[in-house]
Amino acid sequence: MPYGEALALQRALVEERVHSRAEAERGVGAPAQPDRGVGAPGVKNDLLLLVEHPHVLTLGVRGDGGRSHILASDETLAARRIEVFEAGRGGDITYHGPGQVVGYPIVDLKPDRCDVHRYVRDLEEVLIRTAADYGVDAGRVEGLTGVWVGRDKLAAIGVRISRWITSHGFAFNVTTDLDYFNLIVPCGIADRGVTSLERLLGRAVEWRDVEDRIAAHFCGVFDRTASSIGPVELKS
Amino acid sequence: MPTDVVMPQMGESIAEGTIVRWIKKVGDKVDRDEPLFEISTDKVDAEIPSPAAGVLAEIRAKEGETVPVNSIVAVIGAAGEAKADPAAQTPTAPAAKPVEPPEPTAQGDGASGVRAAGQPTPSRVEAGLQSRPQQTEDAIRQRSSPLVRKIAKEHHVDISQLHGSGIAGRVTKADILQFIGREEQQGWARSASAAPKTGAATARQGAQASSLPAAPPRLEQGEHDVVEKMSVMRKRIAEHMVLSRHTSAHVHSVFEVNFARVAQIREAKKAEFERAGAKLTYLSFIIKAAVDALRSMPIVNSSVDGDSIIYHKDINVGIAVALDWGLIVPVIKHADEKNLLGVTRAVADLASRARSKQLKPDDVQGGTFTITNPGVFGALLGTPIINQPQVAILGVGNVEKRPVVVDDAIAIRPMAYLTLGYDHRVIDGAVADQFMSLVKRSLENWDPGVS
Repeated sequence: MPYGEALALQRALVEERVHSRAEAERGVGAPAQPDRGVGAPGVKNDLLLLVEHPHVLTLGVRGDGGRSHILASDETLAARRIEVFEAGRGGDITYHGPGQVVGYPIVDLKPDRCDVHRYVRDLEEVLIRTAADYGVDAGRVEGLTGVWVGRDKLAAIGVRISRWITSHGFAFNVTTDLDYFNLIVPCGIADRGVTSLERLLGRAVEWRDVEDRIAAHFCGVFDRTASSIGPVELKS
Repeated sequence: MPTDVVMPQMGESIAEGTIVRWIKKVGDKVDRDEPLFEISTDKVDAEIPSPAAGVLAEIRAKEGETVPVNSIVAVIGAAGEAKADPAAQTPTAPAAKPVEPPEPTAQGDGASGVRAAGQPTPSRVEAGLQSRPQQTEDAIRQRSSPLVRKIAKEHHVDISQLHGSGIAGRVTKADILQFIGREEQQGWARSASAAPKTGAATARQGAQASSLPAAPPRLEQGEHDVVEKMSVMRKRIAEHMVLSRHTSAHVHSVFEVNFARVAQIREAKKAEFERAGAKLTYLSFIIKAAVDALRSMPIVNSSVDGDSIIYHKDINVGIAVALDWGLIVPVIKHADEKNLLGVTRAVADLASRARSKQLKPDDVQGGTFTITNPGVFGALLGTPIINQPQVAILGVGNVEKRPVVVDDAIAIRPMAYLTLGYDHRVIDGAVADQFMSLVKRSLENWDPGVS
């Protein structure tokens, strides 16, 4: 899914949730969540969007959003058909592209999970458990949000919260072409790198399989039950 | 009743938050739950809704500011409240008559901010705002463009004293130019002597009494000009540079240095350094040479404090690193205790962390001397500005092959111009040249044992 489309979809979904919650609070319209995860799935439920993007660089909102961390020239980016987006999420610049499971939870953290740190740690937990399924010992690094294996980042996290409804989320490298990260990681930081599940395992991994595991662990960590929903239904 | 807007607690372990963006401006109407501002903690950005409906009366925490949880970042006033109501600042055509000096009574009722019809308002508005400098600043910001503020600053005009003709009382360029025109006609003396009680008049008096340079020529904003707000770093650099020019009596001394010997040794040691994971550059040698010279001449490694000179025992050498978005000077602490490899590593580490924004505050503090390297961009030589509170800075020009006279024959040698910028308050020319001679001598006669 192109990044711009995903961005617009998230915005629409968040708006929808805010709207339906407001209605519920005012006592009009159907209750937003009669029973979390149960009943007909739709935009009024907590959602986890799992997508794969074409090559794209996305910027955070803080400071210059990490624009200065783009190493490649505009010409190079254009030649390689890499778009640059201002994403409006937390964090610095990042890269998305084929082979990466990008997850956008649209979750209402109210009333019982109103803690942004907890939310970020929970997202890390989902991905740490997913990595563990493949025998990869991933973990956290204090002060550096994300999921790390040794000194390399396996998954990046950048979140936006609007009235406790989440958007944006995580990017988990499965078979990502890690060369693309060289476009943004400034030369000279040999300090920390990036990695992918494929690189760690030395073998190809089925994207779908990772997706399913992420969804399962997400439900576990966030205490939800899942039902699958197609992209078409969401957009309507 | 005004409602305080506080920095929300976004999680148990969160003690502070950074304001990333104000979605609403002072004077804007807001509904309850309408997004008011964005904050950032860790990797999370959150949009914070307004706790009440009304008018955003005051912003107390600016964009980019980090404040503790539960501290007040803004105030929402009821739509009818004078302070918040833009109507209280109803735009009027610029008064035809000059701004009157404030009458004593104006000081008393300022807080109401309500304007008596037909009366010039500036004194009252100012009196009302004076007790809250933050608010004044916001009010000024909200009521003028960067260009107008710049003009105001150059002419020492307090914008809060002016009444704008723009939207919501904004002071437009035409307003301020008109005001300055009037002031210039009537001279500063009138307002300065007639209204000694107002802050603005005092400021003007001060400006007149001190020997500040004349304001630069008025800036006309062309149709195609782009006005961009300076980044925090840019502002710091600007302030720092002007401060330094203002503080030190800058003098520059240029020496030409033959780098043949250093080039030779660099070639010889390159592989060895590479095996150790370091890239040996001319800069490493220059730092070492400067450190040795600093050790011999402590006055160059000093600071001025009033009428005292502080000789620094530590030799902490700052290295200017050019960034795409500005400039930063990380410091090699105890540079005198490092060998050539140590210095080389320190430079590489600091430069890469500077470029990846990984420097810690401590990394850029405590410098006692600075080296800047305009030569990497091709400059023949530079005349660097001293990095306060230091007293000297070494600028390194491009090392390039030049024809030089060696033993009465013309030879080709790698040469570079090294410039010492120094503070003539404490360093005299002879001392500076002695220092530079030491640097030159150790570079031209490098002792391979020194490594």
